[in-house]
Amino acid sequence: MPGLGASFGRGGATGDLQDLSNADVIVIQGSNMAECHPVGFQWVMEAKARGTRVIHIDPRFTRTSALADTYVPIRTGTDIVLLGAIINRVLTQERDFREYVLAYTNASWIVSEDFRDTEDLDGLFSGFDSETRSYDTSSWQYAGSEGQGDEEEETAESTDSESGHALGAGGAAVDHERIQRDETLQHPRCVFQVLKRHFSRYTPEMVEEVCGIPQDLFEEVAEAWISNSGREKTGVLVYSVGWTQRGTGVQYIRTGAILQLLLGNMGRPGGGVMALRGHASIQGSTDIPTLYNLLPGYLQMPHAERHPSLQAYVDSIKGPNQKGFWSKADAYTVSLLKAYFGGSATAENDYLFDALPRINGDHGTYGQVMDMIEGGKIFGYFLLGQNPAVGSANGRAQRLGMANLDWMVVRDLVMIESATFWKDAPEVETGEIVPEECRTEVFFMPAASHVEKEGTFTQTQRLLQWREKAVNPPGQATSELWFFYHLGRRMREKLAGSTDPRDRLLFQMTWDYPLHGEEREPSSEDVLKEINGYDLSTGELLPGYTAMKADGTTSGGCWIYSGVYADGVNQAARRKPGREQSLHAPEWGWAWPMNRRVLYNRASADPDGKPWSERKALVWWDEEQGRWVGDDIPDFEATKAPSYRPPKGATGVEAIAGDDPFIMQSDGKGWLYAPKGVVDGPLPAHYEPAESPFRNAVYTQQANPAREIYTNHLNEVHPSPPERGSEVFPFVWFTSRMTEHHTAGGMSRYLPYLAELQPALFMEVSPELAAMRGLEHLGWAHVVTARAVVEARVMVTDRMAPLRVQGTEVHQVWLPYHWGQGGLTTGDVVNDLAHLTLDPNVHIQEFKAGTCDVQPGRRPRGPASLELIDSYRVRGAVTMSSGAVSVTSELIDPQGKTRTEQAMAGTTPTGTGHSGEDMDKVLGVRHDVRSRPGQPQQSGVDPVVLDGHPDTTLEGH
Amino acid sequence: MGLKTFLEGWPVYRQLTGDDPLGRGAATQSNRSKSLTPRTSTADRVAKSVCPYCAVGCGQRVYVKDERVVQIEGDPDSPHSRGRLCPKGSASEQLVNGDSRMTSIKYRAPYATEWTDLDLDTAMDMITDRVIDARRRGWQDADEQGRPLNRTMGIASLGGATLDNEENYLIKKLFTAMGAIQVENQARI
Repeated sequence: MPGLGASFGRGGATGDLQDLSNADVIVIQGSNMAECHPVGFQWVMEAKARGTRVIHIDPRFTRTSALADTYVPIRTGTDIVLLGAIINRVLTQERDFREYVLAYTNASWIVSEDFRDTEDLDGLFSGFDSETRSYDTSSWQYAGSEGQGDEEEETAESTDSESGHALGAGGAAVDHERIQRDETLQHPRCVFQVLKRHFSRYTPEMVEEVCGIPQDLFEEVAEAWISNSGREKTGVLVYSVGWTQRGTGVQYIRTGAILQLLLGNMGRPGGGVMALRGHASIQGSTDIPTLYNLLPGYLQMPHAERHPSLQAYVDSIKGPNQKGFWSKADAYTVSLLKAYFGGSATAENDYLFDALPRINGDHGTYGQVMDMIEGGKIFGYFLLGQNPAVGSANGRAQRLGMANLDWMVVRDLVMIESATFWKDAPEVETGEIVPEECRTEVFFMPAASHVEKEGTFTQTQRLLQWREKAVNPPGQATSELWFFYHLGRRMREKLAGSTDPRDRLLFQMTWDYPLHGEEREPSSEDVLKEINGYDLSTGELLPGYTAMKADGTTSGGCWIYSGVYADGVNQAARRKPGREQSLHAPEWGWAWPMNRRVLYNRASADPDGKPWSERKALVWWDEEQGRWVGDDIPDFEATKAPSYRPPKGATGVEAIAGDDPFIMQSDGKGWLYAPKGVVDGPLPAHYEPAESPFRNAVYTQQANPAREIYTNHLNEVHPSPPERGSEVFPFVWFTSRMTEHHTAGGMSRYLPYLAELQPALFMEVSPELAAMRGLEHLGWAHVVTARAVVEARVMVTDRMAPLRVQGTEVHQVWLPYHWGQGGLTTGDVVNDLAHLTLDPNVHIQEFKAGTCDVQPGRRPRGPASLELIDSYRVRGAVTMSSGAVSVTSELIDPQGKTRTEQAMAGTTPTGTGHSGEDMDKVLGVRHDVRSRPGQPQQSGVDPVVLDGHPDTTLEGH
Repeated sequence: MGLKTFLEGWPVYRQLTGDDPLGRGAATQSNRSKSLTPRTSTADRVAKSVCPYCAVGCGQRVYVKDERVVQIEGDPDSPHSRGRLCPKGSASEQLVNGDSRMTSIKYRAPYATEWTDLDLDTAMDMITDRVIDARRRGWQDADEQGRPLNRTMGIASLGGATLDNEENYLIKKLFTAMGAIQVENQARI
């Protein structure tokens, strides 16, 4: 979550759910908390009962709206305009919490004179290159630090996006000693003034014009938020995937972060930014990542160009003269390598850093799918509790990619659509996948459920909770721990004796976990201990990450989790009842870092260490004891006095002053302006979604210029103004969840209770849209995009109010996305409608805004459905180059370039066979990539069981 | 049967004479419901667990009898969920015991139109062979400039947001040691 990481230093929710009850105002935006996190929502209701003002901002009226004091309907994809206008109001009326802003943010830092804002460049920041679709960030730096941008050591192909997620546990590097300040906030290039100018065009009138929110309603929201913040009061911002599943999602979060910093709401009780995550352990799966660009603890995956050595790697994280706890990156990295490779990792061999695999581009899940469609690159695919045939964007591309593999291993509780695509995918009906011609070999491995294994989940407030095992898995079901341990063991046995250097690391890996029981299951506790880390000289478990060393004498598999096994106790398994503890319940489970529950809580006290107000006291400096005390574990060095000032030349932890509450940031401050760490701008700017019926009213630039696009005929994007054709797709569609179903449905559509509670896919439309298109309540209708046609029952409801935007009425269509052809309740796959346009920071797809048409009745079946889609593509001038040009002013004035050349710049054509042609002419391309019998991929071989002997004559590809 | 016993078997009598005049509680209880006991009270043991759906992480109590999960309830001790579960969490016993639950390995051979069965050892052996082969075929030693890559592009993986931290740790460790970098989960989806 680099939106939070770049702003505050850590990519996690800043407080806990209980703390919502301390707020004076709760703003829920981009989240339907009452239905998607219903049990967490009790804390909102508890707050409301105490008089807290609750505001819900959402395109659709939901149960969250029904329970809020104020509901604000908004056109999806325009949140930055609304929040930007509140920021503008705060700045122009000088209603920021000035003492907080001066002391704890970078408001007074002076920005380089090379910087050009969107105000100067009509929607672009300085440094944009349309050939690479990326920014050179050197001009965004502070005065005196020019030339230290993210981009300086990069090639055109690899933007800094791989490091996007890496801000999960710390901000980007910046040299704090060279920063120039103006404490009067008057310097025209100080961050405060830069912000003021940048947001000056975000006005209530603009909100009305772009978001469709009447000015009096805007006024009400802005005043409720601002007046419930400050010394005596605090407000919290709650968001969820309604913000993150965007082509500019990171910047949505940045906008919220800026506002919360200006209002002084960070690190204080009832304040903060509550990021509601969507899965049991999605926070955990970024902390200990199954992500290509990260190692545990938000350490970056080594990069082929940037990290030629351990020293270069560590230097790139630490940066010159950096403050804060990232200065110990060497200790975290070496401890991880010791945990991975044990005695084989030594100082002499740089702890095997050089042997690690390297990334050098976007290797994310959607790029992988494009490679699968193209063929010959990816041969085998593991799906681990994941159902991309339903849950990922552009399901057609997902399924056709799977149909072009050698083998798949699907591990799940039930027979999900991603395991059965070869016989019952929608593409079987269209003839694009023929079971007898589809060569993908599929292993379905039944998985153990959450009660059939022990281990920890990390939930939305960074809290690790240990689960006890209740029973053994049934039949042949196994845990992931069992499966991957034994896969690794078997690989090592089959490759035993190999002299191939490529196999060496596999044998240097420590893999000697004690096994238990008949099933020979490794112990999760042993693994958790390895994650916590050891003092290797004594064999004791580490008390926390501050004990980690860079000299190879400590180990630890995830530095931010170090301390979870402090004192030899499984801290995540602690279960002292909440009613016997304080609100934050420090003895229930264990939260990273170091069991702190409200992050940056040093900021709950003023620069002198006193609470800003008695009402909002949390952590304060006790002069007598000489330490920080209060109701939470201080997110600060316990005995560092508020008056502490670092000596000249100090770096790292020593350089954190006594009034630097953002201890993971390289300058100790909250970032209103982010010169590093966010690749599509140091400040948020409004761009229309990649597909929009409207021209951007804020700037000439239409869509996020740095958005990532896959040019593939399976992934064509609709034109948006000023391109012609958008009128063929006049409506806006978006998706979300329901209470009774979960994501791709594998855990809900197969359960009788839940299938009965929500028995069918449906769409919500307004009475006005129903009248316009002749849709009947409870009748059928179908939604059409250039990717798919999806049918559903119609719910005509006022919950979907049409909005007045730019003088016309815009209709929005909502669908839940949980259905597929499997399970006890079946329906079309809604995500098939989506295109793959990704946020450049985190490579997340845009699910929350697209354009479409809606027609009454059921959709055509089989090949006729493809013909319908094609007819829309022709009428709407949809091609691989539509909606794909990066810079709008270049589209308007092409200066001799063809649209194809423009569209292709900075993108990687995949699997099309048309990359050399003018894509404007390929309107007639049929969606036909069916697999052919007996014709394996160019470098594939027929699937055979190999004898498994080590092969020392590998071919490099 | 005495008169008193007879009368007390009559709900209206109990309603008129007991402390349930509106007949919404004990007065209307039948002999059958009186003889029932909750599954939670007859369980052999209770495991403390966490709901596997959304990220609120509600506490669950998993009741086990005869080595089978018989009921899952909210854990009132949890400071943030305070005993509550949503419809999904409340239905999670069916996630464990439901008829749709798969308990045996299924194998679909290339070009086959039906599943067949495999035993665990054979399946693990076949998968191991395929991983070794795909890893080898997709191996890249270095980029065009000769900078080391030490990786394979032949294998991809997706999943992890409903798995345990310990499982994700082993997955990332094994994939990294075998050079497979294309590891992803739905944090990005």
